[in-house]
Amino acid sequence: MRFLALVFVNLRRHKLRALIGVAGIGFGVAAMLTILSIVNGAIGMFERILAVDSHYLVFEKNVSDLFFSSVPDDKTAALRGMANVASAEPLLFGLVTSGDRPIITCFGLEPTNPRLANAKWLAGRREEFGRTPGGIWLGARAAEFLEAKAGQKIAIGKGEFTVAGIFATENGFEDGGVFLPLKDAQTFFSREGVASVVAIKLRDQTRGAEFKRVVEAANPGLMALENREFNQSYTQFKILHFTAWAVGLCAFLLGGLGVANTMLLSVFSRIREIAVLRVCGFSPGQVAGLILGEAVVIALAGLTLGLGLGYGALFALEHMPQFNGYIQAVVKPGMLAGIVATAIITAVAGSLWPARFASKIQPAEALRYE
Amino acid sequence: MSEEVLITARDLRKTYDAGRVRVLDGVSLEVRGGEMVALWGASGSGKSTLLHLLGGLDVPDGGEITVCGLDPRREAHRLTLRRHHVGFVFQLHNLIPDLTVAENLRVPALARGAPAAATRTRIGELAEAVGIAHRLNHRIQDISGGERQRTAICRALMNSPQLLLADEPTGSLDEETGDTVFSLLRHLVQTRGIAVVLATHERRFAEQCDRVLRVRSGRIESGRPAVGSG
Ligand SMILES: Nc1ncnc2c1ncn2[C@@H]1O[C@H](COP(=O)(O)OP(=O)(O)OP(=O)(O)O)[C@@H](O)[C@H]1O
Ligand SMILES: [Mg+2]
Repeated sequence: MRFLALVFVNLRRHKLRALIGVAGIGFGVAAMLTILSIVNGAIGMFERILAVDSHYLVFEKNVSDLFFSSVPDDKTAALRGMANVASAEPLLFGLVTSGDRPIITCFGLEPTNPRLANAKWLAGRREEFGRTPGGIWLGARAAEFLEAKAGQKIAIGKGEFTVAGIFATENGFEDGGVFLPLKDAQTFFSREGVASVVAIKLRDQTRGAEFKRVVEAANPGLMALENREFNQSYTQFKILHFTAWAVGLCAFLLGGLGVANTMLLSVFSRIREIAVLRVCGFSPGQVAGLILGEAVVIALAGLTLGLGLGYGALFALEHMPQFNGYIQAVVKPGMLAGIVATAIITAVAGSLWPARFASKIQPAEALRYE
Repeated sequence: MSEEVLITARDLRKTYDAGRVRVLDGVSLEVRGGEMVALWGASGSGKSTLLHLLGGLDVPDGGEITVCGLDPRREAHRLTLRRHHVGFVFQLHNLIPDLTVAENLRVPALARGAPAAATRTRIGELAEAVGIAHRLNHRIQDISGGERQRTAICRALMNSPQLLLADEPTGSLDEETGDTVFSLLRHLVQTRGIAVVLATHERRFAEQCDRVLRVRSGRIESGRPAVGSG
């Protein structure tokens, strides 16, 4: 394998060309890392909104988005009445605008909701939730970007509310959202008598399947899914995942074409030189190995560059005030392995044809070219 | 000097363009260890083609050929031949211009995976022998034509071949430099016992070889020693 020393000699000779290949792979890696980890983070945050202190989620069957799901209040009451149900917490999602913020998530919930107890209260008291008429409660981030303090009046959509409390949660979505008592939210969004989902906590989790069966038999319009099941089957998550991978792979495709282009140029401009290598005792396999070796080195350098750029971008995005903490990147080991494999596979795939071409160069013939 | 037969070729034939261009039409020759043989002929007579067949760069269409005990019609033998038994020198030096002299000399050693330390020693020794030791770290593009051809000769000798195939090695040099390069080859044959087959159309070089093989019309016309060398 000593002949591979020439790989570095060649890359050193054509620094600019090599750098273009490295940059191609690097940007692909950075794009994929950023997109995937942001999407993962977002999905994670959304999952955690739903999974607070609950085992099952009950929502309307066949809706494309939880924002459109309706579970009537009497069904919530019926769920609460079931023997195995420890608690059933309705949650109504809505989107509101305020000032120059076009989209703020609004959560309608009851005072018993565990997330209120889990939060760190910065202003107001948890016990007061729902007892202040015309009151609204803000996540810490939301309070920051709305520049609102407790007791102050703020315009939300066409209405006006008084800030009755501010609390911090670890979830970016919640922290950047606003909270209304369920009744007020139903009125505000004209969705009287319904919630988007009901989060169920069971007394005996081992009898979950039975719970699901009973709920779905009694309510043909509803669906009960275990948290884990929900995360895997929720279409929006699937679309997000798919889009992230698709965009990432496209970025890689471009990177791969960059490497292919680099390696083709490298081979075409060195036909005579490759013939000379053959004269000096290089086998066709060694010649192909040189070209593939160059591609692998480019891929590894691109990976290093791309991971650096990607982590840098994620750090910057997470700390940009404009995003209100909505970005909580989550880098999973499997994802990282996927990115590394994709980078190497793309670079190698992009150089297979150039390597094959190089290995087929016939010395006697090529030496006649001037 | 060894008398062992290095090359035997009988009735070699080679055509190009699917048989339309007939270049070699029944060439037979024999070369022994340590001798310097000239392939002398006009431009286009087939000298390069014959050297390529002898050195395992190309395959004949017909005929028998054995070089250093190997059969250049077989792919694996051609590789062994190039790696261990023959060295090539061309009219154009065919060195990699933006690499240094030392890096160029390293190429044949890399091909066969020779240990780095041994390679360094060999490079130093050969560079000394051909007078380019002071140029080892210069790029090819920065040295003179004569120095390039010396480097090319060095590279051909890196893997200690028994046979050197030189295709108009003085063809692109001025007369004086050409003479020194030729003398160098001559000297190497005598001191190292390497056989040289030298393709040339210059009579003065052909005449200084041990034997002259005249290439004409796709055949070798005469295997007789040239005047004055017998
Ligand atoms: N690939 C090829 N296709 C067709 N004809 C070829 C090819 N290669 C060589 N020839 C022809 O074969 C003949 C012999 O070529 P060769 O290079 O062996 O001659 P040469 O004696 O080395 O000539 P020179 O002294 O000019 O180097 C020439 O007429 C050449 O045009
Ligand atoms: Mg020729």
